[in-house]
Amino acid sequence: MKQLSPAARARYFRRQLVDRVMSGLCMLAAVIGLILLGLILWMLFSNGIGGLSLSVFTNSMAQPGAGGGLANAIVGSLIQVGLGAMIGAPLGMMVGIYLSEVGKESRFASVVRFVNDILLSAPSVLIGLFVYQIAVAPMGGFSGLAGALSLALIAMPIVARTTEDILRLVPQAYRDGAVALGSRENEVVRKVVVPAAFSGILTGVMLAVARIAGETAPLLFTSLGNTNWSTDLTQPMASLPIAIYRYAGSPYGEWVSLAWTGAMLITVGVLVLNILSRFSHAAVAGRMKG
Amino acid sequence: MTTPVAHRPLTAGRRLHIGDTAFRISLFAAGAVVIVVLLSILTIMFVGGKQAFDTFGLGFISGTEWNPVTQIYGALPAITGTLLTAVLALLIAWPIGFGIAFFLTETCPERLRGPLGVAVELLAAVPSIVYGMWGFFVLAPFMAEYVQPWLTATFLWIPPIPDTFYWFTAPPIGVGLITASLVLAIMILPFIAATTRDVLQSTPQLLKDGAYAMGATRWEALTGVVIPAVRGSLFGAVFLGLGRALGETMAVVFVIGNAIRMPDSLMAPSATIASVVANSFPEAEPGTLDLAVLLALGFILFVVSFGVLAIARVLLRQERMS
Repeated sequence: MKQLSPAARARYFRRQLVDRVMSGLCMLAAVIGLILLGLILWMLFSNGIGGLSLSVFTNSMAQPGAGGGLANAIVGSLIQVGLGAMIGAPLGMMVGIYLSEVGKESRFASVVRFVNDILLSAPSVLIGLFVYQIAVAPMGGFSGLAGALSLALIAMPIVARTTEDILRLVPQAYRDGAVALGSRENEVVRKVVVPAAFSGILTGVMLAVARIAGETAPLLFTSLGNTNWSTDLTQPMASLPIAIYRYAGSPYGEWVSLAWTGAMLITVGVLVLNILSRFSHAAVAGRMKG
Repeated sequence: MTTPVAHRPLTAGRRLHIGDTAFRISLFAAGAVVIVVLLSILTIMFVGGKQAFDTFGLGFISGTEWNPVTQIYGALPAITGTLLTAVLALLIAWPIGFGIAFFLTETCPERLRGPLGVAVELLAAVPSIVYGMWGFFVLAPFMAEYVQPWLTATFLWIPPIPDTFYWFTAPPIGVGLITASLVLAIMILPFIAATTRDVLQSTPQLLKDGAYAMGATRWEALTGVVIPAVRGSLFGAVFLGLGRALGETMAVVFVIGNAIRMPDSLMAPSATIASVVANSFPEAEPGTLDLAVLLALGFILFVVSFGVLAIARVLLRQERMS
């Protein structure tokens, strides 16, 4: 650097300094952000693990002091999430297949894609209010079925998006090969394209399940929650998120503790589903490229 | 007679096979369902909320009084609370989220890049009620004890808007606008970091290499080459985060304080549209003005989020094409 004039050298050091300082600030942001988020998870586990016992899974919700658990809420969540996924996922898959294989860049497909992206991030509280108006009010009461329906409406756009994305990874040669063998359009899709990407599509379904499992707001308007054991789809049904919501705001220490435990259970479930889907997605994407 | 089975071309002008026709129609119908759902939400909210719009007219949006007893409903407090918390949350979360994204794409050691990236994406999947609970049990008491008294003492010099807005001068009760904004900011942080990182990663390596070849530092490459190249998508990611913050219910409802009146400071208990809808719903009987008002609020929130999300998608798509 001998040839540099003092002014140029000063400028050089100033540029290096700016780079270091800004990079350092970004790193600081990353450290602060991740520590903060880690802190929340740690809080969740340290508060939740204490209340974890067998009775959480075997007993239904009860009055404080009566040794209640969350069994009815867990089962209610499983029913509603399962049913919601069973309604929402096939519909979402069909939308995804339409966008990737039939509609492609057509005008209608572009509109569907755009609207689907909007629904993907639409406030879930409004989905709940919507289902209340079209299902709960006309049927004259809150029900597990309405809860499942609202979850289905949230799952559908997620599955549609992930299905389209994964189908686009299927090499064109698969389709060309199937056509060359005399397959019809529906056979190409049903027997070649979709099977090739099926585990990837299931990944999307897993992600959707993870998302709807933690949804609270829509259930406030649809299945309402229930402190008793009930598997009747036409009656109000308990769910883990609603149980957490009601218990967290209660003045009883025992209920608050159960709320933390419930929140921990949901978070663990959601994270496990996300990690599983990540592995499966990596495997599928790798197979497509390799 | 020839059988035209074997040599039928796949497309162009041929009669579709019955199986293909049914196949296409069913897929097309599924696509239509998506549009029908969106339009139905809009219609149902509007029709359900019509009684509120009819009763109060445009005054529904500009009205500042919310009184279920006298049946006078104005949406301005809830709209103000929604916009204030969402924008504040974004102002807090975006710089940190961008920092995380830049760190993950440029300066992070190769070995940590993958695990940290996954960690950020996993945190984005944590249900929002968890953030709400944390805000209620941990952040709100901490705010009341330490942060709010400090804010009041530190920013006393900011002149208030007399009789309307006193900035940071308010009783330190923990819950309120600023606590809700913080919880929202922490909730959307991993989401913003993940989307911003995707945007930064989508910059062609060639562009960055060109900048480095000219002797640019990493920061200069970012501000001079990467950001101009992906500016639209960066804004798209911001709007996606905003869309999330606007409609969030569970992270807010615990810590906002649920006071439906015009906030007189940034620490005042307030309400957002989503929190009002969730909180007032149990008292709203079908067919009453109380429920119509909530549906009208829902309609306003839906229109606003639709606009924000539409802008986000347009900005994000622009560059995906080019």
